[in-house]
Amino acid sequence: MHSKSKPFNGSVRRRFLQNLLAIPAAVMLANASLPAYADSANSTGLAVTDKTVKVGILHSVTGTMAISETGSVQAEKLAIEQINAMGGVLGRKIEFIQEDGASDWPTFAEKSKKLLINDKVAAVFGCWTSASRKAVLPIFEQYNGMLYYPTFYEGLEQSPNVIYTGQEATQQILAGIDWVVKEKGAKSFFLLGSDYIWPRTSNKIARKHIDKLGLKVSGEEYYPLGHTQFNSVINKIKLKKPDVIFASVVGGSNVAFYKQLKAAGIDMTKEKPLVLTISVTEDEILGIGGENIEGAYASMKYFQSLTNDNNKNFVKAFKERWGKDIVIGDVTQAAYLGPWLWKAAVEKAGSFDIDKVRAASPGIELKTAPEGYVRVHENHHLWSKTRIGNAQADGQYKIVYETKDLIEPDPFPAGYK
Amino acid sequence: MTKIKDFIGRYQLSHLLILAVILLVVMPLAMDIFRLNLVGKYLTYAFVALGLVLCWGYGGILSLGQGVFFGLGGYCMAMFLKLEASSPEHTAIQSTPGIPDFMDWNQLTALPWFWEPFHSFGFTLLAVVLVPALFAFIIGVAMFKRRVSGVYFAIITQAIAAILTILIIGQQGYTGGVNGITDLRTLNGWDIRTDSAKYILYFINAFLLIGCLIAARYIIKSKLGRLLVAMREREDRVRFSGYDVSSFKIFIYCVAAVFSAIGGAMFTLQVGFMSPSFVGIVPSIEMVIFCAVGGRLSILGAVYGTLLVNWAKTSFSESFPELWLFAMGALFIGVVMAFPNGLAGLYQTYVEPRLQRFRKPAPVASQSQVVSLEAGKTATTTNSADKEYSHAGNQ
Repeated sequence: MHSKSKPFNGSVRRRFLQNLLAIPAAVMLANASLPAYADSANSTGLAVTDKTVKVGILHSVTGTMAISETGSVQAEKLAIEQINAMGGVLGRKIEFIQEDGASDWPTFAEKSKKLLINDKVAAVFGCWTSASRKAVLPIFEQYNGMLYYPTFYEGLEQSPNVIYTGQEATQQILAGIDWVVKEKGAKSFFLLGSDYIWPRTSNKIARKHIDKLGLKVSGEEYYPLGHTQFNSVINKIKLKKPDVIFASVVGGSNVAFYKQLKAAGIDMTKEKPLVLTISVTEDEILGIGGENIEGAYASMKYFQSLTNDNNKNFVKAFKERWGKDIVIGDVTQAAYLGPWLWKAAVEKAGSFDIDKVRAASPGIELKTAPEGYVRVHENHHLWSKTRIGNAQADGQYKIVYETKDLIEPDPFPAGYK
Repeated sequence: MTKIKDFIGRYQLSHLLILAVILLVVMPLAMDIFRLNLVGKYLTYAFVALGLVLCWGYGGILSLGQGVFFGLGGYCMAMFLKLEASSPEHTAIQSTPGIPDFMDWNQLTALPWFWEPFHSFGFTLLAVVLVPALFAFIIGVAMFKRRVSGVYFAIITQAIAAILTILIIGQQGYTGGVNGITDLRTLNGWDIRTDSAKYILYFINAFLLIGCLIAARYIIKSKLGRLLVAMREREDRVRFSGYDVSSFKIFIYCVAAVFSAIGGAMFTLQVGFMSPSFVGIVPSIEMVIFCAVGGRLSILGAVYGTLLVNWAKTSFSESFPELWLFAMGALFIGVVMAFPNGLAGLYQTYVEPRLQRFRKPAPVASQSQVVSLEAGKTATTTNSADKEYSHAGNQ
């Protein structure tokens, strides 16, 4: 495979150059070769020994995205610790190598290369923004690594080297719009988002679905990432009087948006207009302040307030490990699924080999998932339920609706492309 | 050969040779391809730092927006590579095959007109150099002809960097937005992702850098270089002597822009993508820091400074993923407080005098020292004018 033959070529070239120039090999090789262990559990030279297996964690722990990605790091570490306490994977303890993407896409690319080429990790849990995923994707495909990606995202992608543990856009959006139409009798929508690929694609999907239902989109607006002046759009919204503000504003902009919405006299608890967001998890509410967003609805697959036993145990373990005041959002839970899904796939395959893990992944189910139950689809996304939560003043969501069945992931929805 | 020696100066030539040996022999031998590729990436920033030595160190024009030119060069190259990667066969699943994937996501159905010429490699190579040069020329004419300088100029360049970033992010259908242009595969059918390609690109990059170093050295040694120093110190005197100060400033600013753009294009080739995170204010300032750490009056120092800072960045962040930024901050503060002339200043204060003790006996060496104007400190020069300028530059 790639990873096996190429370093060999490199070392031949090196030796050739050494002879040619007759330079003594006073050379500090950056990397001592890893103990390659060739058996059926690891035939491709991954960093697996009899006792341990190395995996990578690649998130931003510095920079603007750190606030969002820290939860994912904590969840992945917790899952790895729990798996190790249960005896590890195929009898091997998981050791993780953590790298910082520094909220910078090229750094993500550099670090993913390091994890795959130098550290030869068996899997990587990481990335958060679409931009960082797009930056590392060619590297994972070239060096045949396996990435477990936790964030809900825009879809339009299906890589053999990525397992998407968050929802793709149709899962999150269609159920949300159906609910608001059926339960709240919504007729007109105002689409509002940050200006990058995820909100734009999400709104494209939303618009198409709204058109199909014969309802009206009364406006669609985008603002740059980090934008904090929403007064003009709020005035526009007041003028157009839509039934629903469909919001996919991300990051720090959320704080400004919801505060200004409230300051402009829009009381979200009155639901006129109703706010339906696909981007505000419990983590974001921590920044916005529960009292500023009380009454808004969110459509996603997980809320901390889920009452099933899996989730109770998860929340308890998470708080014991990382502090009792911590909140858990949708992405944090999806990140927690990563190591467990990988473990299940490795055990089903009986091997750490990437190709075998990939082949074993479709059909893997997780009955212990905090969100209830998930199953890996052939397209590497998860079957999952979508839930609607109503934001409370204490920063939690009250779950008001849950789809009856698991929703099939459809990353390339017909007609939405 | 004598001619080359003449304008580089024998003494400088030996330093340049040492750097060439480090880049072309020691690095490739000592490192595996992953680390070497990283060094290649760092060296692309050295082009920018080198440009800054010329326009900031010598010309006194502090530009906080060099990322703009780095980005323009990088984007020109990325557009060519992206078009090649978006052949109709590769993009068959899109609603409009044959256009880059991000355009398809943004509902574009045809290639925008300004992308069309980037089907040609020749045009791309020209664009890499000419687009940033033209842009720098326009900025230069607008600023320097009106005698905008100093802090005002720095602020304006920073604003330009911010504007261009916002433009690129906002027009994501045409530029790839915040994701940038990713997933670049081949250059005229040659797969740039293979290890052999990375070796070749590393060497091309290193040779280009050495070429730029020689060009920079030539500029500094020439009459133009003297004029730059003179302008930096006393712009009025130069103007009253009958020189058109603004033209010289525009020229050196364009040279710095072209160097940065070459770095940007090589960055795209070696890293495999380009994104707005190299265009904005933060990377532009970072590049000024590389230059400052190396010593803003030393063209070779720019290379060493860039390598040192980036090496530190990578190794700190690998060892302490959550604390590395503090270590970087400490490094910068340390350098600025303790060695305001950067690595080059350090070398000249501590290393060079010792080396010279060995050199003294050789008559050739002592003669060649006359030409060393490097790093604002004339070692044993007899040219008092030089001395005056460069010492003033250190204050």
